[in-house]
Amino acid sequence: MHPAYSVIFFTTASGAGYGLLILAAIFAVGGLLPATGLLGLVLVGLALALIGGGLLSSTFHLGRPERAVNALSQWRTSWLSREGVLAIATFLPAGLFAVGWVFLGKTTGFFGWMGVAAALLAVLTVFSTSMIYASLTTIPQWNLATVPMAYLALGLMSGAVLLAFVTRLFGVHGTAVDVVAIAAILIGWGVKTAYWTAIDGRLPESDLGSATGLGRFGAVRILEQPHTEANFLMHEMGYRVARKHARRLRSLAHVGLFALPLLFVVAGLFAPEVTATAMAAGAVLALVVGLLTERWLFFAEARHDCMIWYGR
Amino acid sequence: MTSLPAIRPEKRLGLAIDLDTCVGCHACATNCKEWNTGGISGPLTDVNAYEAEQQGVWFNRVFTYEVGGEGPNARTVHFPKNCLHCETPACVTVCPTGASYKRSEDGIVLVDHDRCIGCKLCSWACPYGAREYDEVVGVMKKCTLCVDKIYNENLPEEDRVPACVAACPSKARHFGDFADPNSTVSKLTAERGGYDLMPEKGYRPTSKYLPPRPGRRSAAPVSAAGEPGLEGAGRFLKWVDRILSR
Amino acid sequence: MSREPAPDLSPVVSDEVKYTTCYMCACRCGIKVHLKDGLVRYIEGNRNHPVNKGVICGKGSSGIMQHYSPARLRKPLKRVGKRGENAFVEIEWEEALGLATEWLGKIRATDPKKLAFFTGRDQSQSLTGWWASQFGTPNFAAHGGFCSVNMAAAGLYTIGGSFWEFGEPDWDRAKYLMLFGVAEDHDSNPIKTGLGKMKGRGAKVVSVNPIRTGYSAIADEWLGIRPGTDGLFVMALIHELLHADKVDLDYLVRYTNAPWLLIDAPGAADHGLFARDAAGDPLCFDQKTRSLVSAKLPDVAPAVVGSFELPDGRSAVPAFQRIAERYMDADYAPEKVADRCGIAADTIRRIARELAEVAFEQEIRLPIKWTDWAGREHDEMIGRPVAMHAMRGISAHTNGFHTCRAIHLLQVLLGSIECPGGFRFKPPFPKPIPPGQKPAGKTYAPNTPLPGLPLGFTTGPEDLVIDAEGNPIRIDKAYSWEAPVASHGLMHMVITNAWKGDPYQIDTLFMYMANMSWNSTMNTKGVMEMLTDVDPKTGEYKIPRIIYSDAYASEMVAYADLILPDTSYLERWDCISLLDRPICEADGPADAIRHPIVEPDRDVRAFQTVLLDLGARLKLPGMTNADGTAKFPGGYPDYIVNHERTPGIGPLAGWRGENGDQHGRGAVNPNQLEAYIAHQSFWHHELSPDQKFYKFANKSYLDFAVKMGFVGHADQIVLQLYSEPMQKFRLAAEGHGAIQPPDHLRANLIAAFDPLPVWYVPHEEAAVDTTAYPLHALTQRPMIMYHSWGSQNAWLRQILGRNKLYVATSKAREMGLEDGDWVRVTSHNGAIKVQIKTMEGLNPDTVWTWNAIGKRSGSWNLAPDAPEAKKGFLLNHLISELLPARADGRRLSNSDPITGQAAWFDLRVRIEKVEAGAEVSEPQFPTLPRPPGVAPAPHVNDYGKTFAPSHSEQKHSDKRTRA
Ligand SMILES: Nc1nc2c(c(=O)[nH]1)N[C@H]1C(S)=C(S)[C@@H](COP(=O)(O)OP(=O)(O)OC[C@H]3O[C@@H](n4cnc5c(=O)[nH]c(N)nc54)[C@H](O)[C@@H]3O)O[C@H]1N2
Ligand SMILES: Nc1nc2c(c(=O)[nH]1)N[C@H]1C(S)=C(S)[C@@H](COP(=O)(O)OP(=O)(O)OC[C@H]3O[C@@H](n4cnc5c(=O)[nH]c(N)nc54)[C@H](O)[C@@H]3O)O[C@H]1N2
Ligand code: SF4
Ligand code: SF4
Ligand code: SF4
Ligand code: SF4
Ligand code: SF4
Ligand SMILES: [Mo]
Repeated sequence: MHPAYSVIFFTTASGAGYGLLILAAIFAVGGLLPATGLLGLVLVGLALALIGGGLLSSTFHLGRPERAVNALSQWRTSWLSREGVLAIATFLPAGLFAVGWVFLGKTTGFFGWMGVAAALLAVLTVFSTSMIYASLTTIPQWNLATVPMAYLALGLMSGAVLLAFVTRLFGVHGTAVDVVAIAAILIGWGVKTAYWTAIDGRLPESDLGSATGLGRFGAVRILEQPHTEANFLMHEMGYRVARKHARRLRSLAHVGLFALPLLFVVAGLFAPEVTATAMAAGAVLALVVGLLTERWLFFAEARHDCMIWYGR
Repeated sequence: MTSLPAIRPEKRLGLAIDLDTCVGCHACATNCKEWNTGGISGPLTDVNAYEAEQQGVWFNRVFTYEVGGEGPNARTVHFPKNCLHCETPACVTVCPTGASYKRSEDGIVLVDHDRCIGCKLCSWACPYGAREYDEVVGVMKKCTLCVDKIYNENLPEEDRVPACVAACPSKARHFGDFADPNSTVSKLTAERGGYDLMPEKGYRPTSKYLPPRPGRRSAAPVSAAGEPGLEGAGRFLKWVDRILSR
Repeated sequence: MSREPAPDLSPVVSDEVKYTTCYMCACRCGIKVHLKDGLVRYIEGNRNHPVNKGVICGKGSSGIMQHYSPARLRKPLKRVGKRGENAFVEIEWEEALGLATEWLGKIRATDPKKLAFFTGRDQSQSLTGWWASQFGTPNFAAHGGFCSVNMAAAGLYTIGGSFWEFGEPDWDRAKYLMLFGVAEDHDSNPIKTGLGKMKGRGAKVVSVNPIRTGYSAIADEWLGIRPGTDGLFVMALIHELLHADKVDLDYLVRYTNAPWLLIDAPGAADHGLFARDAAGDPLCFDQKTRSLVSAKLPDVAPAVVGSFELPDGRSAVPAFQRIAERYMDADYAPEKVADRCGIAADTIRRIARELAEVAFEQEIRLPIKWTDWAGREHDEMIGRPVAMHAMRGISAHTNGFHTCRAIHLLQVLLGSIECPGGFRFKPPFPKPIPPGQKPAGKTYAPNTPLPGLPLGFTTGPEDLVIDAEGNPIRIDKAYSWEAPVASHGLMHMVITNAWKGDPYQIDTLFMYMANMSWNSTMNTKGVMEMLTDVDPKTGEYKIPRIIYSDAYASEMVAYADLILPDTSYLERWDCISLLDRPICEADGPADAIRHPIVEPDRDVRAFQTVLLDLGARLKLPGMTNADGTAKFPGGYPDYIVNHERTPGIGPLAGWRGENGDQHGRGAVNPNQLEAYIAHQSFWHHELSPDQKFYKFANKSYLDFAVKMGFVGHADQIVLQLYSEPMQKFRLAAEGHGAIQPPDHLRANLIAAFDPLPVWYVPHEEAAVDTTAYPLHALTQRPMIMYHSWGSQNAWLRQILGRNKLYVATSKAREMGLEDGDWVRVTSHNGAIKVQIKTMEGLNPDTVWTWNAIGKRSGSWNLAPDAPEAKKGFLLNHLISELLPARADGRRLSNSDPITGQAAWFDLRVRIEKVEAGAEVSEPQFPTLPRPPGVAPAPHVNDYGKTFAPSHSEQKHSDKRTRA
């Protein structure tokens, strides 16, 4: 699948934003973060900015962004619609929660409930986003249980790494954040490793012989594609990354997305405050690189069944 | 309207495409383009129309495959492909806007171009590559089974068939109602072993493909036709006394 | 949940529907054009039309894009820069016609043959040929000589009609069809429909073709023959049938010259000619009376073998005996030819047996009474349901004439010509064998029309168009000893000969609808140089003047001095005439017109009208009244209605007579065109059931044909298996007779002018080192492109925007080549660099590509870097119009030695892998600038926008997208 930058940015940014929102809410509601306005502003603001920026970016992918509101109508069947509805729905409790925290200094009671609601909706939103991909039986590399798991884990993980950095900046850091971050990274790493193992071992369900129904007459190979130059489908679905390149990028993802953040977070536990903050920043940087790589690969390694017709 | 019709449509319109007679002339493809660029889906735009990397919107595209390797029974098969108007297609259910829908009356799968936001998700959901994004207009388009032709009261009755079917010079395309066991398409499917593409996807295509027929060959001849012993003038003896009338 | 949308299912399709004839190719189907708001909304097939019966092909369906092409020329152009630079100024029509008149007038007044008038794929050869004749130049031909004259001539000299456009398989009844070298043919839609029918019926289709695409793909059996060897294969089939006595002797004695007696007097001047009686009738030996009688008598019982004494004491043998002797010989045994053809001996035997089985065991009997030429009544029509069809895979070889004759011989031996289930003629065919018209041109004089038409049929040396010394009179050397039976001329030699001044220099080359500086020429690069070459002595171009009519910015435009821009096929009158290449089908004659469906939006004029105007300005007799005024002031439509070739016979056969109630023959009907328009632009006459078969010997049909003017008399047309005209030329080459060929051609002529079909090694293969050039290289017509025209079509060029060289998978494996590799392809004429693609269904000794996809950068108003120019390529650079030099240094033309047919498919090459480099094909030529008046092509094509329901507003107005 063509790795469109708008969609890569959308899923990574909004995933991180939701992850941060979830964790910030839980920590704040659970009293693990002080209810100071500035911290609330930065945390919830950052989360909502990431979410909003991601959503905005996603509209660049649309042919008719001005009609985007139509996308909210089909929540009965469409994960994309559900995601849209949930994303917007999340803004309401998240906004109220933010108001409580930032302007009233309150993260409990009604505002606490709003935080919990926002966190729950955020989880559902990320899940919906992931299901847009995971529900597509046309793309074997997406149609896997590990896909929603990875989206959730990576979202939380990104949120945790961001949270760790911000709390360190504000000097309100507690080990619970690191524990969550480490757990999330380990889970994410595990899930993603499982995912990659799964897609490497996954044999395509269809091939040219079975798709055309001509396999019964012998081997089938494409002689002529319908048009000599690439068409929309080939641009959109025909993207293929070379195996070697993919391996290298996977290694980069392993390092940037999991190993380095893990290292920084763990090391941060033992480092002096300033160093630890720098390390938390390092973790964020590594995460950004790793996450973009991972998401790029998520698309680039996905092979759409319709390319079978083109002999690819 | 992206829920599929609650009850199976009474009519299930589609095509039966005969791979045995398709010569790969692309008439179905260009006639489709011609009809539809001026029809309710129009224009079917082309970009870089006279430059490099030319591409455009086509509802029907013709592939060519080689089957059977280099052996004596190998063959070349032309393979036109357009939307199969599946019975349970995810291209409809994934659509966030309701622009994609399956008509409850006849099962035709359509896009409402005024609602579509061009998110392309439906194209991701179609394993057949039958959805066509119009990047100039910014919306998804697709084979309409010529819905604005087959019901068009401004056309004479006999012209109310899909453009690709009317055009096909070798009559490799048949249009009809698969719900009616007596329709040509149902009969052809039954007689010729019409099959579904990618049945494993579970989309239950309405349109069927009729497989190429095996080549007709008689058994190998036993021996050379009476060669030995017939050298020289003797060879013509059989004709010498033949009384033939002019 | 929202409700189901309700789109408008009955939008208004058109304000007006007009019927005309398609010209996206020469098949000439009937079309129904829907117009909306003055624009073409939709073109579909006309279901009432005899050619296509409602269907339409991929090209025809793309007519809108051709009609509105951004490459359309807009105004007459006069060259200002150097030739080949595409530097022109726009001029008014008056100036253009004035110039042409001045140039041509001088030629006509001095030496009319200094005008060479050659036309391409046009549909008005009866007009253009007549115009040339009125002008007085023998130098006229259309493209037939480089196209398929072998098919036309072999048929017309053998069976009185031909494959090509003059006959067709009995699609409704044939049970077995053999296709030889057919990719697309002129009968584009009918063949497709016919194949669909045959396959639906369970009939067997065999395709003999080195390449398995298109029709070969759907054939029940594909025989991947080695190019140029079909003659051997067919003769092996004949060998098998003769040995098995599976030939239709009754048919042979009734309808062919098989029993005609041949003088057997080796060395004599009449050896191998037919023994004739005093009346000039051929003789046969009647088994009943045991005497020599006229072979034309009915009710005789002619012997088909034996040796008989002639009154003068010499002996004679029936032609059939010669046939049997030759093909029963062990040289034609399947084993002998198998390797050379690349078809297993067992397969050849099996095919022979299948043919015999279908022809004789599955005979068809139609209970239709009919009367033969002698007035005898028959109760039924017997059909041998084996049909054959062949095209350029046979014709475009130097041995093509004979190969085609061999196929006809095979058909005739099976009794399957003009019978139910067999191969059927389309009226006005069959014609006398060969047709009676001789080529005019031996005499020509200033300001004088030729005594006849420049093209015709020679039957012996006395018909050649040569001067007293035996030198060619025509610039293309047609009807000279280099191509004695060149019934269509040799368009592929015109430029080379004119450039060389061999046999003489010309003044003006006048061309119409032929892309002669690109794909329609051999040795393209060389020809481009010849067109711009300057004579150092005079400082003038070697070909001093070139006038050209094209409708689009083709490669050829750059090489003209004066451009006469034509209309599109939806803007003009045209006439698809019985005098020309008609649209008849086997069940009856038909003709058709085109009429303006829309008005031109440019300052262009229909070429035929321009030609008539020029004719009047030049005061050509046929085009001028006695008082010097134009005879057809109304232009082409005026001519179509009012011109009579012979009294009562004009361009159109339908609705003749003052009241429009006569067909075929009749007085001029001033309302004829209105009648055609009212009848959907065509006329079709269905023969009565008893006239539909055995037309060559069917009294009712022959009487009808006389009435229609198709033939001069109702005599039986006897199929000529043994060709006496061939033997006459051969006798001359052997030294007999007064008109003698030059000595250096004698051996060639003796080899080629065999009165029976013969096979010889294609000339290029014989002349080059086949180890240096081990592969055959071919082209094929793509079904969705018509020559070079299709690439300006925004739709069609998406389907085929570049061509590759196809290499057999096995050969590629052997050579270590892979899909996408770049190779150098070298022939004796040069080298090109191209990209390859492997395929399984290909004769391993053959490479091929799609014809005419490669374009010159900048032509056709395509972007200079369009894939057609940068990735696509033209094989023609490799094909030479001249054979390699012989031992005596002479280079003969690369043509069939009998007909002059261009041997495109004799090409031999080698391929070598090269670095991909910039991934650009070679050679490349300087980008052609756009001619004046032609605006840059748009990036986005959104034709149809104005018809759309809500005028479907666009996101981007003119977005350029590059991935
Ligand atoms: N779509 C389309 N239709 C056209 C045209 C076009 O440009 N496009 N052009 C028109 C014109 S002008 C013409 S002349 C006709 C030509 O009509 P065709 O003769 O059908 O066209 P070609 O593509 O020249 O086909 C030649 C075929 O012969 C095969 N062949 C080559 N050499 C041999 C051989 O030695 N033996 C055998 N058995 N086969 C061989 C080739 O593989 C190819 O399939 O088509 C007409 N129709
Ligand atoms: N390698 C190879 N070369 C071949 C062949 C092959 O098989 N292989 N085939 C040969 C054969 S059989 C043929 S017939 C020739 C075909 O060759 P041509 O008949 O020369 O065909 P085109 O190249 O299309 O050139 C026709 C020209 O007519 C112009 N034209 C189109 N429509 C109109 C119109 O309405 N009016 C006017 N005035 N002009 C118009 C086009 O723009 C184009 O420039 O190619 C020959 N060349
Ligand atoms: S073929 Fe594709 S677009 Fe058509 S209904 Fe089926 S899934 Fe949808
Ligand atoms: S592109 Fe249009 S039709 Fe397709 S899913 Fe998106 S909104 Fe629906
Ligand atoms: S049914 Fe109509 S829209 Fe669909 S492929 Fe055929 S012509 Fe095109
Ligand atoms: S029009 Fe008919 S024969 Fe031609 S490609 Fe389409 S289905 Fe095949
Ligand atoms: S076969 Fe030729 S004439 Fe007929 S529709 Fe196609 S392009 Fe037109
Ligand atoms: Mo041709």
